[in-house]
Amino acid sequence: MLELRSVNSYYGNIQALHDISLKVEEGEIITLIGANGAGKSTTLMSISGVIPPRSGEILFKGKPIHQMSPDKIVALGICQVPEGRHIFPVLTVAENLDMGAFLRRDNRQIKQDLEYIYTLFPLLANRRNQPGGNLSGGEQQMLAISRALMAKPQLLLLDEPSMGLAPLVTRQIFDIIKKINTEQNTTIFLVEQNANLALKTADRGYVLETGRITMHDKAENLLSNEDIQKAYLGI
Amino acid sequence: MISLKDLKNAFLVSLWFVFLTFPLMVIKVNPFERTIDWRWQNMGYVAAGSFICYLASRFFLASKAAKQKKQKLLDIPDKPKSDWQQRLLSEPRLYLPVLGVILAILLIFPQIFSTYQINIMITALMYVVLGLGLNIVVGVAGLLDLGYVAFYAVGAYSYALLNLHFGLGFWAVLPIGGLLAAGFGIILGFPVLRLRGDYLAIVTLGFGEIIRLILENWNDFSRGPSGISNIPRPGFFGMEMTLNQSISYLYYLMIALVIFTIFVVNRLQNSRIGRAWFALREDEIACQAMGIDKTRTKLSAFSLGAFWAGMVGVIFAAKTTFVNPASFTFLESAIILCIVVLGGMGSIIGVIIAALILMLLPEYLRAFSDYRMLVFGATLVLMMVFCPLGIISTVRRTYTIDKNLKTSNDREDYT
Repeated sequence: MLELRSVNSYYGNIQALHDISLKVEEGEIITLIGANGAGKSTTLMSISGVIPPRSGEILFKGKPIHQMSPDKIVALGICQVPEGRHIFPVLTVAENLDMGAFLRRDNRQIKQDLEYIYTLFPLLANRRNQPGGNLSGGEQQMLAISRALMAKPQLLLLDEPSMGLAPLVTRQIFDIIKKINTEQNTTIFLVEQNANLALKTADRGYVLETGRITMHDKAENLLSNEDIQKAYLGI
Repeated sequence: MISLKDLKNAFLVSLWFVFLTFPLMVIKVNPFERTIDWRWQNMGYVAAGSFICYLASRFFLASKAAKQKKQKLLDIPDKPKSDWQQRLLSEPRLYLPVLGVILAILLIFPQIFSTYQINIMITALMYVVLGLGLNIVVGVAGLLDLGYVAFYAVGAYSYALLNLHFGLGFWAVLPIGGLLAAGFGIILGFPVLRLRGDYLAIVTLGFGEIIRLILENWNDFSRGPSGISNIPRPGFFGMEMTLNQSISYLYYLMIALVIFTIFVVNRLQNSRIGRAWFALREDEIACQAMGIDKTRTKLSAFSLGAFWAGMVGVIFAAKTTFVNPASFTFLESAIILCIVVLGGMGSIIGVIIAALILMLLPEYLRAFSDYRMLVFGATLVLMMVFCPLGIISTVRRTYTIDKNLKTSNDREDYT
């Protein structure tokens, strides 16, 4: 579904990604794990077009997208949940969700999706008229994910959904990520620091170190890999 | 409610004010007789005045805080800041009569008052439209624009020059002026797409100055500082009008333009693009993640904001029958920005009220003669201290949704 072919991305003169190549198949949950500054978020930004790669190719369903602007990429069905949630604090929960459906015009379908999201996150249904900024961190993360779902993406890019959340809330969110994957058949590209949880949720995983992919395998294999255990799982 | 500490502070404040105003209020030099008048009694006035003002403001703030605290204690949900305002604005039964009365007063205004008053009112109405235009850029889209007056100048000069060289009339140039300004809005927009906040403010400030300096120095094009005179007033199907008639005519024209602007700006704010502007103001990254075209959204905000300035510029040229670059200084931009901030970012009614206050207050404060600008400045300071969100904080559309019904009836309104 999505393929990166030797992508190089830069911040000014500093190269953040070196020859990243990876593949995401339809219906999968893929995770990208790595330490701080490894380039996980940059990889997502490159896919979503916010930081276009300087060289290399990004193909979505066989079509090159690396030269498209972010809004065109969203229109193709790739939606990103940015790191740090970035909800609209002044808009209400309902309005935030509505912004997610900005590019869609099929009102009836939007309404159905809204219903689905309110069943997925009953918390949001109760708070739909409150400003997004009044929600707790976990609720904001839920809102950010739901907002992205309102765009009806085929590929959902999640950037550190566990950031700053209590372990219990994190688990809850990961359960829902799994649920979205199975129920909506949404392909999910998950970038995560919490390698343990991410690998338990995902089908396959890539390991990123200082801008290079050093390993990729099935998630359970990575979980049992000794190096990974030492470096990321603290076992 | 006033503690000893407040009294102490008030004393210090009054002392400070006495010190600050000493050279102005107490010393009066008579250059002819080479004597100095020591007006000690003024010192007393300043001390007493600032002492009382400080205590009054403390008292006001304290009672406000106490009320909020009480509300919190009783667990009353946060009521909207100004209840009666919200009610007045949301119920047609309440606001329609008010609107009718205002409209009636506006319509008979020229019949009652002198030409001087009408002229002031026209200026005020012009600033209403300017404020509403800048409100799109600053209030709604959150792009701080300090060079808004440039678009005003573009409009005014487009009428002056097109009339001078091609003999085009007012009605032909009115839309052209608007469109030209909108075009300049896009020209300004392109280089500043990546900028935000302070940086954007500086670039737009520079842009405003560039336009003014070009008009001032390019003699062949704009006749430089001496300006262009003998610009015709707007015609009415070729009818001959006396000066008084044409001024009332311009007044009605302005009323029509204000109503038109309110209508369009209101529709814009509640439209798809309006929502994109709101979102852009709140969070740019999230905007991109939602698939909002940042470039187009910003450019449309700049050009649609500039459009109104261009139209008002044309009317300005027609009203004064003379334009020169001195009318388009940074101070104008600052005043328009004041209107937007004072009115409450993004609030249409707030901007209208603020424009009227800011434009009419200096005129009607002439009773204070020398001190009128002082009173004016003090009013601004006090307003910002006591209602920092503006006269009317933005009444954003909120929908109360029936829990069972969920979102069935608001959807149509949204799109």
